[in-house]
Amino acid sequence: MAIITHRLLAFIAALMLVLLQAGAGTAQQAAADPHAATGGAQTLEDILARQRGEAVDDDFRRGATGDPSAAAPITGQLGTLGGVSDPELWRALRYGTADVIVSSRAPAAAVVIQDSGMRWLAFREGPLATYGGYLLLGVLVALLLFYLLRGRIRIDGEKTGIPILRFSAIERFAHWLLAGSFVLLGITGLTLLFGRMAIIPLLGKESYAPLAHAGKWVHNNVSWAFMLGLVLVTLFWLVHNIPNRHDLKWLAQAGGMFSKGVHPPAKKFNAGQKLIFWGVLVLGVSISVSGLSLLFPFQISLFAGTFETLNNLGLPQLVGLDALPSSLLPHQEMQLAQLWHAIVAFLFIAMILAHIYLGSIGMEGAFDAMGSGQVDEQWAKEHHGLWYEEVTGKPAHDPTHHAAD
Amino acid sequence: MKSMYLAFLTLAVLTVVADYGLHRAGFSVQDVTSGPAVRLD
Repeated sequence: MAIITHRLLAFIAALMLVLLQAGAGTAQQAAADPHAATGGAQTLEDILARQRGEAVDDDFRRGATGDPSAAAPITGQLGTLGGVSDPELWRALRYGTADVIVSSRAPAAAVVIQDSGMRWLAFREGPLATYGGYLLLGVLVALLLFYLLRGRIRIDGEKTGIPILRFSAIERFAHWLLAGSFVLLGITGLTLLFGRMAIIPLLGKESYAPLAHAGKWVHNNVSWAFMLGLVLVTLFWLVHNIPNRHDLKWLAQAGGMFSKGVHPPAKKFNAGQKLIFWGVLVLGVSISVSGLSLLFPFQISLFAGTFETLNNLGLPQLVGLDALPSSLLPHQEMQLAQLWHAIVAFLFIAMILAHIYLGSIGMEGAFDAMGSGQVDEQWAKEHHGLWYEEVTGKPAHDPTHHAAD
Repeated sequence: MKSMYLAFLTLAVLTVVADYGLHRAGFSVQDVTSGPAVRLD
């Protein structure tokens, strides 16, 4: 009896030792992989971190979408699930990896769940509208200050009354096609962006609805005239906007805009106009491409490929950022296209506000160049002396006067 | 100023033509995002 009791005690002791070791092993595993303790689900720390707005690595969930190849036989227990539990199926839907078949022809209809819409909306109504609005107001205030301090830039010399053709009819046509469409696109774009924030509180929903409807129609369809205008001005003016050595001098003297009687030499376009031209070209192409992807939803994906290229170049890492996502849902592509379209639009409008100011009330004689196409000889001598010499074959300035040198 | 007015007229014509042409070419939202099994009208 004593022997049996002794053996029984020894067996219980051995069993407890094994259980303790197993428990220690599990605890070590849990410490190495915190999700082992939750059976692969989120931990409390994951949830709290997300609530604090921190980035949570969700790879442990993203890939946990079941294993159909290891499914139980169809007659077995849970065999009808096909190796994928309900949570695993929802996870696959959540991360866009489920094999979804829909009867709709919509390109993104197979995406059942996407969660980036709220981030898009928050950015659009938050930083985008706020800083974009401040930018435009800031430019308007700066132009007003410039006007108050400098006044209208007058023609310094005596007008001769001799007209010189500055822009041909087709050049002016291209400019106004681009300008007219830009103004319409700018007004309707801002109306759509600030509608809910600024216009509805002012006019009410009933008044804003037809305005938004018409604005959207104009914005979508005027875009083609804008793109045609952009192509035309590029064809007509690209060669005249290639930088040359005179541009540095023009920039060093700020084009004489801040001091009377200073007229650095310039050909058909001065350095300031060249900056506007290249700005219009770069921003115009960018806004056109993003606009096309918005006009034809889900047909043109711009960002996943761009992000991958940037990652390969190491640019995000260079400025201390994580690698950009190179796999995006169709909706995320559209959201990014819309945000990029609006960011470029704000920069574009800010730049063109300055251009409109200088081309109208800011400088005497400037509007004539694009209105009638003809400028006074004295205006041409002062603002585009080298071009004047090319066109007329006459010197722009008295050799004893060095203002244009 | 004739060039400016002509450009604005062209802009208006292009706008209407773009809207009409894209619809005729089957680029309306209804054409692109629905199928015969979907009744919209």
